Amino acid sequence: MQKSTLRKLGASAVTAAIALSGFIAAAPAQAATKTIGIAYSLGGRDVPGFNQLAYIGVKPILAANKSIKLIESQDNPTATDDQRAERLRLMAKRGANPIVVVGFTYAAALGKVAKEFPKIQWGIVDDSSVVAPNVQSIVFKEEEGSFLVGVAAALKSKTKSVGFIGGVNTPLIAKFEAGYIAGVHAVDKTISVKSTYISNFPDFSGFNDPAKGYEAAKGMYENGADLVYAAAGGTGSGMHKAASELGKWSIGVDADEATYPAHAAYKKTILTSMLKRVDLGTRAFVKDALAGKKTAGVKTWGAKQGGVGYTTTGGYVKDIVAKIDAYTKKIAAGTIVVPTDPTKA
Amino acid sequence: MRKNRIFWGAIAPIAAIFTSMVLMYIILSLRGADPFALFKLMVSYGFDPRNLVSELNLTVSYYLAGVAAAIGFKMLLFNIGIDGQYRMGAFFGAVVGAAIDLPPILHVAVIIIVAMIAGGLWAAIAGYLKVRRGVSEVISNIMLNFIAAAIIAFLLSPKLLGSLPEGSQNVQTKPIPASGQMPTIKIFDGEVYSVLFLAIFVGIAYWIMLNKTVFGFNLRATGLSFRAARSSGVNAPGMIFVTTVLSGAIAGLVGIGTLLSDTHSYSMAFPSGFAFTGLSLAILGRNHPVGIFFAAFLWSFLERAGQVLEFEGIPPEIVIVMQGTIVLSIVIAYEVVARINLKQQQRAVGKVAAEPVIEAEVK
Repeated sequence: MQKSTLRKLGASAVTAAIALSGFIAAAPAQAATKTIGIAYSLGGRDVPGFNQLAYIGVKPILAANKSIKLIESQDNPTATDDQRAERLRLMAKRGANPIVVVGFTYAAALGKVAKEFPKIQWGIVDDSSVVAPNVQSIVFKEEEGSFLVGVAAALKSKTKSVGFIGGVNTPLIAKFEAGYIAGVHAVDKTISVKSTYISNFPDFSGFNDPAKGYEAAKGMYENGADLVYAAAGGTGSGMHKAASELGKWSIGVDADEATYPAHAAYKKTILTSMLKRVDLGTRAFVKDALAGKKTAGVKTWGAKQGGVGYTTTGGYVKDIVAKIDAYTKKIAAGTIVVPTDPTKA
Repeated sequence: MRKNRIFWGAIAPIAAIFTSMVLMYIILSLRGADPFALFKLMVSYGFDPRNLVSELNLTVSYYLAGVAAAIGFKMLLFNIGIDGQYRMGAFFGAVVGAAIDLPPILHVAVIIIVAMIAGGLWAAIAGYLKVRRGVSEVISNIMLNFIAAAIIAFLLSPKLLGSLPEGSQNVQTKPIPASGQMPTIKIFDGEVYSVLFLAIFVGIAYWIMLNKTVFGFNLRATGLSFRAARSSGVNAPGMIFVTTVLSGAIAGLVGIGTLLSDTHSYSMAFPSGFAFTGLSLAILGRNHPVGIFFAAFLWSFLERAGQVLEFEGIPPEIVIVMQGTIVLSIVIAYEVVARINLKQQQRAVGKVAAEPVIEAEVK
């Protein structure tokens, strides 16, 4: 019964396919008006973090010129490089130029597609392995920003014990950890830093798992740490919750986490947030590209360029701003070189 | 009778797809979108030749995952460990492939065999625990998925088996040399992975194994009734173990197409989620090699074609809702059809039984 059924089904499916492909023409390309494309990494625009920052970077450009359109697409965990490439191709065919690609997982796909669309300006965040005449690498010195919040942590810690929570165990997040440890130890070598990661790739859930963030932070606070820094995207919310419940400090990441509406109840214990200005990087790239400037090359955003930093919302770091800024100057001047490998921090 | 059954068998998948389309129509209408225009857009992008090639490549991966799940289902095993098995296969295939240097065809063959062994051995752990310790394969496999991910994350460190190219944040294994790569077939300026032929072979082998061999008979018998099979002399626990390993070996092949025809190295950018997809496809395709193919293509089509909806302001999750509805509806539809069939059979039997049988007794 099954066999013949399936055969029948198969035949009808093929007939339908042929009929449909004959009928419907390809999607129209819209080249008349300018269109900006953003391909987000896992989680997409609505999860606070670097994806959202890319959007925030482009928003003022859209507001200033209503004729510019925006098309967006986001990655999914089941995607292969091939599918990512197809997504970028689709954005290119839809007339988007420039196109911002968020996240290093797009590198291989972009390497292929950038060649196929030489007239389109591409910008990729967090990767500098794609070298092409129409690709800008927008990379950040996460370790420098993390160093600064590490200094703040060391100056505020009373128990001489602080924690670090990484979202997913990857070299990129290790840079945050390395900078943080180096920052803490630059102030006081006797302070112990405990680190933990929420998940291992390919399980990228560690970037959006507040429940596990809560447990991890709670464990650290209960074991003597009085301050925890999470470089873990949405997972950080759990840490802020644990901090506010136990009356300890927490440090946010990427954007000013104390201003998130969802963090209204926790903002009194958010000491500061490490800033990774993906918004600045994206905006600069898109502006240049729209103005017809050449954008290719590696654009590094460190403490020197104002690409990384820390926040003073709530005024909890008011008393130590001068000390932190002294380190910022040293880093910008190159007298302090922040390590990117936690084992060398 | 036969025609009748064909009709009822065809009704189930059609009804499921129809139900999911109706639900989609409602959801899209609620969002204020024009469902028909969006369906049209999806179909037009889905059948765009270049995208079709990409869909075919994904179909092959999904197909292998579906066959791996189906082998388990025939034994009433729920192989949710496909994800870990696939990952082990792709990773060790990539590591061994990069480490050795052999003539072209042999090199590829070695990588494929290594991938199957890695997947099979990983599944063997769950098989052993099930047969010898009575541990549910669902529990052990879910845990094994996490352990596989952790082991690979550990081994993929640039200090061990991985490498981190200049400027990249994507840890990957060393590249497989040209002799270990599989050719692609260029068509509609896309490239079809030649692993397609391997998948076709797997499908045929699966069918023959199941329907034409003693092993397949024992497998089905054990799946239908463990005790009955055992008392008729089948080594039922052994069958469970071997089936688990076989399912794992096929799962080990899932990533081969991407690995040998596209990326040539295993990296953090490799996808996840093949276990649930594989299980859904086996259910949808009723464990039949051809049925699974159509299910795999449907899945791949929906995922790839659904991408275009994002540009119309429709969240991409809509595709997952659609797939979920199809699976749910199909399970219900199959059950309903099975009950209708049963009733018809009972009625038919009843008719025969009601006829006078005196004549037969006399003779």
